[in-house]
Amino acid sequence: MAIALKSTGPRQLKNTLAQWLITVGGISVLFTLVLIFLYLLYVIKPIFESATIEPVGQFEISTAAPTLSAGVDELKEVAFQITEQGDINFYQLVKSAAHEKSTLVLNESLLSEDKTLVNVVNSGVEKKLLIDSDGEIQLIAAKFFSNFDSGTREIIPSVAYPLGEESLAVDESGELLTQLSFSMNDEKAVFVAFTQDQRLIKTSLLAEDDFTYDSAYETLYQEIDFPADHVNEILVTPDMRLAFVRSDDQIFVFDLTNEDIVELKATIIPSLEQTSTKPQHITAMALLSGSSSILLGSSAGKVTQWFEVATDNGRQFKNVRTFNVSDTEAVTQIHTEQFRKSFYTLTTSGNMGVFYTTSEADLWRGQLTTTEPNVFAISPRADGLVVIDENQLKIFSVENEHPEVTWSALWEEVWYEGYPEPEYIWQSTSGSDDFEGKFSLVPISFGTMKAAMYAMLFAVPIALSAAIYTAYFMTPGMRRKVKPTIELMEALPTVILGFLAGLWLAPIIENYLPAIAMLLIMLPLSVFVTAFAWHKLPKEMKNTIPETWAPIILVPVLLIAGGSAFLLSPFFESLFFGGDVRQYITNDLGIDFDQRNSLVVGLAMGFAVIPTIFSMAEDAIFSVPKHLTSGSLALGATQWQTLAKVVLLTASPGIFSAVMMGLGRAVGETMIVLMATGNTPILDWSIFQGMRTLAANIAVEMPESEVGSSHYRILFLAAFVLFVFTFIFNTFAELIRQRLREKYSSL
Amino acid sequence: MNSWFKSGSPWVWLSAGGVSISLISVLGLLWLIASRGLSYFWPADIYQFETVNEKGQAVTVIGEIYDRESLPTKQLSHLDLGLDPTKETIERILVKTGNRELVNLDFRWLLMPLINKTTMPEDIVVVERRTNGNFYGFIEGIILDGQPAGLEKMADLLERVDDFQDEMDELQKVDIGAINYQIERLRLKKRKHKLDETLTVEREQEIDGEVARYNADYQVLEKQLMAIRDKVSRDQLVVRAMGGEVIKINFEEILKVTYNNKLSIFGRSAVFIQQIGSFLIDDPREANTEGGVFPAIFGTVLMVLLMTVIVSPMGVIAAIYLHEYAGKNALTKLLRIAVINLAGVPSIVYGVFGLGFFVYMVGGSLDQLFYAETLPSPTFGTPGVMWSAITLAILTLPVVIVSTEEGLSRIPSAMRHGSLALGATKAETLWRIILPIASPAIMTGIILAIARAAGEVAPLMLVGVVKMAPNLPLDGNFPYLHLDRKFMHLGFHIYDVGFQSPNVEAARPLVFATAFLLVTIIVSLNMTAVTIRNRLREKYRMLEH
Repeated sequence: MAIALKSTGPRQLKNTLAQWLITVGGISVLFTLVLIFLYLLYVIKPIFESATIEPVGQFEISTAAPTLSAGVDELKEVAFQITEQGDINFYQLVKSAAHEKSTLVLNESLLSEDKTLVNVVNSGVEKKLLIDSDGEIQLIAAKFFSNFDSGTREIIPSVAYPLGEESLAVDESGELLTQLSFSMNDEKAVFVAFTQDQRLIKTSLLAEDDFTYDSAYETLYQEIDFPADHVNEILVTPDMRLAFVRSDDQIFVFDLTNEDIVELKATIIPSLEQTSTKPQHITAMALLSGSSSILLGSSAGKVTQWFEVATDNGRQFKNVRTFNVSDTEAVTQIHTEQFRKSFYTLTTSGNMGVFYTTSEADLWRGQLTTTEPNVFAISPRADGLVVIDENQLKIFSVENEHPEVTWSALWEEVWYEGYPEPEYIWQSTSGSDDFEGKFSLVPISFGTMKAAMYAMLFAVPIALSAAIYTAYFMTPGMRRKVKPTIELMEALPTVILGFLAGLWLAPIIENYLPAIAMLLIMLPLSVFVTAFAWHKLPKEMKNTIPETWAPIILVPVLLIAGGSAFLLSPFFESLFFGGDVRQYITNDLGIDFDQRNSLVVGLAMGFAVIPTIFSMAEDAIFSVPKHLTSGSLALGATQWQTLAKVVLLTASPGIFSAVMMGLGRAVGETMIVLMATGNTPILDWSIFQGMRTLAANIAVEMPESEVGSSHYRILFLAAFVLFVFTFIFNTFAELIRQRLREKYSSL
Repeated sequence: MNSWFKSGSPWVWLSAGGVSISLISVLGLLWLIASRGLSYFWPADIYQFETVNEKGQAVTVIGEIYDRESLPTKQLSHLDLGLDPTKETIERILVKTGNRELVNLDFRWLLMPLINKTTMPEDIVVVERRTNGNFYGFIEGIILDGQPAGLEKMADLLERVDDFQDEMDELQKVDIGAINYQIERLRLKKRKHKLDETLTVEREQEIDGEVARYNADYQVLEKQLMAIRDKVSRDQLVVRAMGGEVIKINFEEILKVTYNNKLSIFGRSAVFIQQIGSFLIDDPREANTEGGVFPAIFGTVLMVLLMTVIVSPMGVIAAIYLHEYAGKNALTKLLRIAVINLAGVPSIVYGVFGLGFFVYMVGGSLDQLFYAETLPSPTFGTPGVMWSAITLAILTLPVVIVSTEEGLSRIPSAMRHGSLALGATKAETLWRIILPIASPAIMTGIILAIARAAGEVAPLMLVGVVKMAPNLPLDGNFPYLHLDRKFMHLGFHIYDVGFQSPNVEAARPLVFATAFLLVTIIVSLNMTAVTIRNRLREKYRMLEH
């Protein structure tokens, strides 16, 4: 007994261990599927999150003079302020080896003793234009260098003077300036200003060489013809092409490209709702990144975006979209990001809003300070804010990675800058740097549907008729050979089908287009003619060639019919289409013709899904219980009637699930569409044009998309859409099949 | 007629037509690939055409006929070629003329009516070269070490060059490759010590000394290589092209010289077999558009083997669970739906998952933990053969599960009961009785999985395949199997050469040949699997009675 126990012990242990191992292994399949689902979601999730803004520090600044401007370095380690006294003070924001947190790192006086600063105008990320009490200006740039000397990183701030350390006068006659705007590049600097004696002037500095190395320049003074007597705000675009001058509720747009004369290009008069007792006004203005759009804030708490749109009357500024910032308060400040189309709004009570124009995203709302802050600056990487409010310097971190993606931007029409109207566009990359990615999933989802539809149009009739014949009419001996042969097609790699479609089939279809059309008529016709001929055969002949040989008899018939269609094709081409169908289609019908079009994809992908549909539909029809058909036949129904009224009806859920499976395969197929279409994301059902599908789009763009970027995540979203789509199809088809199997077994 | 329609017979015939079309398309497709693929290896006839060019001048064109088509005469009516306008169509041929250094395009369309004379001179040669593609023309002579020599020397000279080339390949790839690999390893070792702050002066000297030794070895090898290079470029073949230009081709450029038109049917068969051989074992040349596909075959096989190692146990265990252990409950139902869905999810989705999860997440973490010294250049945090194998293992998992489960379900339950009744535990029954009987079914599943993986391209494009891999993932340098390397794949080779290469027309026969190779592999794998399965079914049927 003791011996027996000894031997059962390890055996039982092994048994239990095996059971555990196998259970874990089995359930890991489910785990894998869930993992794929969750991982895709995990990557996608950040694009639908709104922004978060959190305070990361604040401290008292020592200077008594009011602050006019502020800024911070790229890494958010050193911030600076410019005071009315003309001092620039740099503060350490994080503790480093050399400095404690919030210590004054560098102080520099920017003006000579007797002057004070009136205003500071921001230009770009680092440049600040100082206007002093004498009406003279000076351009400075806060520079930061990383120093790794002591093994740790230290940010060393400094001040640079891109136009030289001397103050300069913008107005030729030295008048004081009430408003000023400025923009520059390596060769040129442009000022547009309004003087105290009510003149609008433009002053250009033309570099003798290049401002990066040498601050020597020539000055060109111009006066601009201006209809109004005062100016509230002036903005010059960074490319120095346009100047926007606001006088109360009118914005005058001047064209600065012509060196000789500054012309009024357009006048924007926003329609303001004057419903309430309080009159409405424009209260703020800002240029959006990319310098084609202007944002206007109103006292009604609205921000409107305007850009030039091609209309019947030439290019005109249009109100493209409106953001509702506040119901009660006026928009007093609008700040825009340097590289993205995000903007920040501030109201009198210090309420801040963060928005993104193109996607119309309302990203964040809240209050950073109890009153409207005097100074507000966005960090160069747009990941932080510096606010100076009553001698408190406050730093906020901004988490706003994917503002350009919203559900509506992905699936609805979006009005992009420079486009005449809202459109669905997928255009993820381009050569230029300031290109805005256009991520509408509509054209590629549409392409997926289109490709799947053409493939199904071709595959379903052939696959189902083949399945019906094989399952119901074919002799068992022939069925054993035919079924595996057709199923062999499923094993053919799709890359080979795609290659044949793109390089072999596409040129043939292009050259023999009439033949393809004729095949549609000639193939069924030749089948009917053969069937009738067989019907008319004498009895003895019918016995030697039984009807069950039909598929074999039809092979040469169909080959001859197809061959003659191709032989007659050039003849038809000269007869009806003037010798060239392609030209006929493009010129006479006005339809664009791509060599790699939907017809090619439909045929090639049809071949790929025929075996899937055939195999499952055949199984469903074949497993219809025999007593059902025998009963029908015994009651005097013909074979065909039994098939149509009994067999197909019983098997219809199975046939339906076969078609669903086929559709699932067509939707997710990559290589065939990648190789057999031009991969252009267009919205057009035309059979002579290509498409871009979700799967092909992923294959084309994934290898070159930057990890973690919006583009990368949107491609994951495309994969997720495919996953969910096929999941629904497959699950549905499988459930139908399981029910059908139960039904058959109960019959 | 009416009664005939009522009988439904025409519709029966129509559905039979569906079967015929399916059969025609399957067999036609296989025939197309086979004929086009095999004709790539068959030495073609070389023709000499006397025709006129666009300016009406008489020209001689030498080359092989590549393609022919007929087109409506009207499409050419705008050209003043003196064509017969009463004819509806005109036949034209595409001639591969080679000689890339003399003409811009190595293909030329010739209109049949404009060809005055077509001959097949016996002394036309095809010179297969390492660069610039084929040369078609006539041999004028041989220059041996600066002196003219007889044509009988050619075979010896070709062999001599071939030997030198082999020697150079050996030096470059094996010996110098190994030295470079070792120097790189030493560099990383030094960096690792530096990062771990364990780099002592002695260690540094030791490593530097080793590097210096390797560098000295390298100098010696490089000298050897230079010496061979000097020798190999000694002799030239003088040839005359179709336009009458006489050029010298250095023997180091030449792979093979054949008189296609002189060859008998047996001679051609010999060349045919030889061509197939070199297609299978040679490296690709000229941006993959010529030469062999050996690295692609190697990469495909290695990746598929790795995948098999992963997918077989997983799939078999999952199938055993589903069939032997799982109860009839909601979890089992869910599991079955999961299996169906894993089979139905588009392959590109696996690629996206593999890239994000395996490559960037798992691979990125592995790099930080174990390969910090190579960062920022990634080791496993970049697509490679291991990630491809794992991704495809998930993709083919349902294939193995479904096939194994089918095998298990065919085993009569009497066998299980017998074993259990004799006192065996469930695990013992599984291990001793069920698995051995089910092994052919498991084999079937694995073969089908291999066939599926060998033809799958879309996910591999994201997780590890490249058009040109400088090194094979398996070589003579420790640890021999480099799972982090990228690899070449037959399916991707077809896509890349057929669609991304600069000269698609010239590469097309090679793509057909590659496609034929891939189809042969996959179809024979599938046939094997189906045969095993059918035999198994017969066996079980016998067991039941």
